[in-house]
Amino acid sequence: MADLSRMAAIVGVDESDEIGKVPNKSRLQLGSEAAFNALDDAGLSLSDVDGLFVAGPSPYNMAEYLGITPRYTDGTNVGGSSFVIYVEHALAAISAGLIDVALIVHGEAGRSSRAYAGDDPNMPIAQYEHPYGLVIEPHPYALAATRYMHEFGQERTQNALGEIAVSTRKWAQLNPKSFIKDDMSMEDYHESRWISWPFHLFDCCLVTDGGGATVITSAAVAKNTKKKPVWVLGTAEGHDHGEGILQQADLCSTIARETGPRALEMAGLKHSDIDLAMIYDSFTYTVLITLESLGFCGRGEGPDFVANQRTAPGGDFPMNTNGGGLSYCHTGMYGMFLLLEATRQLRGECGDRQVAGAKTSLVNGTGGTLSSTGTIVLAAD
Amino acid sequence: MADYNLPVPVPQPESDFYWEKAKAHELWFRKCNECDKVFFYPRDFCPGYHCKDVTWVQSSGKGTIYAFTIVHRSPPPFREVCPYVAAVVELEEGPRMPTNIVIDDPTPENVSIGMPVEVIFDDITDEISLPKFKPV
Repeated sequence: MADLSRMAAIVGVDESDEIGKVPNKSRLQLGSEAAFNALDDAGLSLSDVDGLFVAGPSPYNMAEYLGITPRYTDGTNVGGSSFVIYVEHALAAISAGLIDVALIVHGEAGRSSRAYAGDDPNMPIAQYEHPYGLVIEPHPYALAATRYMHEFGQERTQNALGEIAVSTRKWAQLNPKSFIKDDMSMEDYHESRWISWPFHLFDCCLVTDGGGATVITSAAVAKNTKKKPVWVLGTAEGHDHGEGILQQADLCSTIARETGPRALEMAGLKHSDIDLAMIYDSFTYTVLITLESLGFCGRGEGPDFVANQRTAPGGDFPMNTNGGGLSYCHTGMYGMFLLLEATRQLRGECGDRQVAGAKTSLVNGTGGTLSSTGTIVLAAD
Repeated sequence: MADYNLPVPVPQPESDFYWEKAKAHELWFRKCNECDKVFFYPRDFCPGYHCKDVTWVQSSGKGTIYAFTIVHRSPPPFREVCPYVAAVVELEEGPRMPTNIVIDDPTPENVSIGMPVEVIFDDITDEISLPKFKPV
């Protein structure tokens, strides 16, 4: 296969003007604000965009709202992983010479939406899961976690989930944009109310409003953008079941077991070369099994890997330094925000939470019900 | 039945047979005649090796809990029936299916992975009976 490493770069990122609780803005508004802000970050404008990548709203609705007529369109929707997967798709379109400037847009009024879009009653989960009350994401994810506890020990699993919640909160306290900055101890974690046993409230992501956008360009365009480029070194995507838990053969791993190694191989890097891990944290359990699936540790070893606040500020494995979906922002399809933080860290823009000397980042988005992953490896010059 | 307000499955062409049998309080699965795999949910080909020679077989209705969660928070209309146990049951014929475990007191002490269960049917409408499970 062709070597596409370093053929495209992230040159602009930003959130919408406000994130968190934003009841006065629609999802298209939030997405548009983020698009303007990210293009401004790059020193580009909407008229420069020739490829549009949008999950959630159909791309032509987003393009119409923005007032653009892109010549390349991607609306692949594999849940919150879509935006990370778009990095690979943008890379493909750019390296094929079809476009020069890709705009990836996300907007979601996860907290304040005035109408619920509904689910397709013809899909398998409508017959085989929804009637049993497996209706919101905490339910199937918690169900998967019981299998992990059964295989690898209940107490050490529950402690590991607490370690992840607490370390992520510590990072959130260093990010001015975080939705929740309250102190959280392990006791606070274990005492928080049940959402879907074994998940406490603090195992679950936030439900917020927000938008985010990322601009990716060819190497030629990246030479003249406002900030230093963040290079796309490696990409991989995959999915091994659809929405819902019923076809997930292994409840203790995700397809990151394939996308992680593939992305690293394309980047020509090893796990030990990664300075920052941005791991989709829809739930603490998502992080635990993603670290294992990616190969940062072995199956069942996640609890030892994250022990003693290793992933917190000051730990030797910086992870989810924006405060994550657990404490910073989670609109519903969070993957976009992973890209924003990885880019900012590699540019050295993160202030109190800056990971000193960060040159490389591995980003893993997870979508659906542990169904889909996109893994990318980014690097600064 | 008339006041049943939880989601009711809409059978699809490939699952009409499954729901017709459920209405008769029988649990049936698809089985591949080539590789002998018994699979859920029903499709007209085997998702394992993609052969198209598949038949229907009746399950004994006996199995064990493979994974579960005790749901304490759920949006309406499930909010009214919390707490409840949503589970994946592994049938003795092999396939795994999502379901509910019907017990009086859903606590982690009363439900466990590996617990033997058997199918019961909840007649939620005149047309649809939902397969659920109870501890043996």
